[in-house]
Amino acid sequence: MGFLFDRNTWQEIFGSISKNRTRTIITVIGVLWGIFIYIALSGAAKGLDNGFDKVFKTVAINSMFVWAQSTSMPYDGFKTGRPLQLKLEDVKTIQNRIPEVQYIAPRITQGQFGSEPVYTVRGQKYGSYVLNGDYPIYTKISTKKIYDGGRFINQEDIDQARKVIVIGERVEQELYNKDENPVGTWIRVGSVYFQVIGVHKLAQGVSFDSDSAMFIPFTTYQKLYNSGDNIGYMCIAAYDDVDVVQVEKDIKTLLRNIHRVDPKDERAFGSFNLGEAFSKTMGFADGLTFMSLVVGIATILAGVIGIGNILLISVKERTKELGVRRALGATPAEVRNQIVMESVFLTVIAGILGIILGAGVLALINSLTKDIDFPYTNPTVPIPYVIGALVIMVVLGTLIGLIPAQRAVSIRPIEALREE
Amino acid sequence: MIQIKDLHKSYKMGKNSLHVLKGINFNVEEGELVAIMGSSGSGKSTLLNILGMLDELDEGSYTLDGVPIKNLNETKAAQYRNKFLGFVFQSFNLINYKSAAENVALPLYYQKVPRKERQEKALKYLAQVGLKEWANHLPSELSGGQKQRVAIARAMAAEPKVLLADEPTGALDSTTSYEVMDLIQKINDQGNTILIVTHEPDIADMCKRIVHLKDGVIIEDKKIEQVRAAKYV
Ligand SMILES: Nc1ncnc2c1ncn2[C@@H]1O[C@H](COP(=O)(O)OP(=O)(O)O)[C@@H](O)[C@H]1O
Ligand SMILES: [Mg+2]
Repeated sequence: MGFLFDRNTWQEIFGSISKNRTRTIITVIGVLWGIFIYIALSGAAKGLDNGFDKVFKTVAINSMFVWAQSTSMPYDGFKTGRPLQLKLEDVKTIQNRIPEVQYIAPRITQGQFGSEPVYTVRGQKYGSYVLNGDYPIYTKISTKKIYDGGRFINQEDIDQARKVIVIGERVEQELYNKDENPVGTWIRVGSVYFQVIGVHKLAQGVSFDSDSAMFIPFTTYQKLYNSGDNIGYMCIAAYDDVDVVQVEKDIKTLLRNIHRVDPKDERAFGSFNLGEAFSKTMGFADGLTFMSLVVGIATILAGVIGIGNILLISVKERTKELGVRRALGATPAEVRNQIVMESVFLTVIAGILGIILGAGVLALINSLTKDIDFPYTNPTVPIPYVIGALVIMVVLGTLIGLIPAQRAVSIRPIEALREE
Repeated sequence: MIQIKDLHKSYKMGKNSLHVLKGINFNVEEGELVAIMGSSGSGKSTLLNILGMLDELDEGSYTLDGVPIKNLNETKAAQYRNKFLGFVFQSFNLINYKSAAENVALPLYYQKVPRKERQEKALKYLAQVGLKEWANHLPSELSGGQKQRVAIARAMAAEPKVLLADEPTGALDSTTSYEVMDLIQKINDQGNTILIVTHEPDIADMCKRIVHLKDGVIIEDKKIEQVRAAKYV
């Protein structure tokens, strides 16, 4: 292997490569294209992956909503079409009976799903907004970014049914002047005055709440609307490693049991499973990554085989030259090494150029997609992928180079030198 | 320098076998300038290729500078060629993408001579064949005579024991041929051993000894009074 570090070897290789320009350019383009496709595709897939990650970062991934509808089958003496109502006890029962559930947050809402938004006033300004009764645990499922100086609802607010409220960014914009700090001020919601304890920022990505939503303690909501133990819907987060689809089924089975609904009545309780949607999207991104890997590798392979072919042709063209070299004292090993090194050198140069080009295109895509609303972030190819690609190129370049190299030394110098 | 005893060589072609060399005996001393003559197909190139270790003999023995040449693998043969022999071909066989100087330096590369020394030596030998100013030109920019002079410089650069030339003037007109022979004579004057294959009598007369091949045997081997090529240049 000493020849690898011999300057003379490289001068000879470089001489042969730089002086057979057309050949060099054609071979380089083949591999360059391959690695470029590989880098660009897997980078783009990574960008989508990152984009989806960012979108889903603000919510618990394994989460779902469950709400009550009305029965669609008669059962246990009840007629069909009986309206169902979720209760606070249901939450406790689910918590106790289904161990896969990590967090469960009951909510009750005014201003959504067909009900009137709540008229809200501050001085001369007013607006109508969604009002939620919440428990602090809700933030475990849907992250809430509260602006400096404020906070979300805490347990004391619940215990004392305080008249405190967290408002959305848009509520702030509509009810306050730019330089005002809402925290500590009072606003009238319906007919009751609330003290603002925080302003929540609209989450980038998936959010359960719009920027015009307002949050008050669940207990306060109960008093205000006299809603008793009723709840609107539940937000549920399962542990990361469990099958959310199964958890969703278990919960609905349990609810049907509690509310005495036909076990086969699928329409009695509604649900939306975010975890399932998430894994579908992520599956799509993963599929894309895998596909780009396959396509990229295939293109690289095609490029390297192209190099092998062209080297094979060039070995034929250079039969005489190689014969002369051997007459002048080149050993078969030296000839073989030279051809293999030419192959490797071409492959690696092409690979590096392709990587640079691919990275350039990715950077371009990144800057173009920066401002558009599309889940696409930071489309980079991880360094190990790049190094892996280069290693593959060296290995493939060597293997492919061996074919023409073997051919070159299989011709005896006397045959190579024969006149005519 | 060269001892050949009872050398036989035949080429197999399917079932037939063509007996080309049928018992060649001949010795060459250091400093000789030998012409190997004979009509086309008489086996001149075959003999020279065996002497050049590009081909193997079937029977007999070959000793070069005291070293018996037999059962060489390709690697060993390459090393011996590099150390002992210089080749000049009818069609020059310069590497077309290398400059004159790079061509001359090539055997030195396979001798593992450092680059700087290679370049110096290449220039020195190019100067000897009168082509110092053409060092950086590609073969395509040289005339036939110039190409053959570069090839001779290349063969000499490795400082071989024996210079083997197969029809070195075969592709050149007579004036250019004499120029090349003048160069070969001068190299021989310095004490180098040279074997030339030719079928042209005037070229053979410029050597010091003529070996005549016919039907695979030496029919004549005589020392002659050398005609100096310089007279015709
Ligand atoms: N590799 C080979 N295979 C078969 N026949 C060959 C081969 N090389 C040479 N010959 C034959 O051997 C004979 C001598 O050839 P060669 O030594 O080249 O003659 P010369 O150089 O004197 O013209 C010719 O008849 C030629 O056809
Ligand atoms: Mg011949």
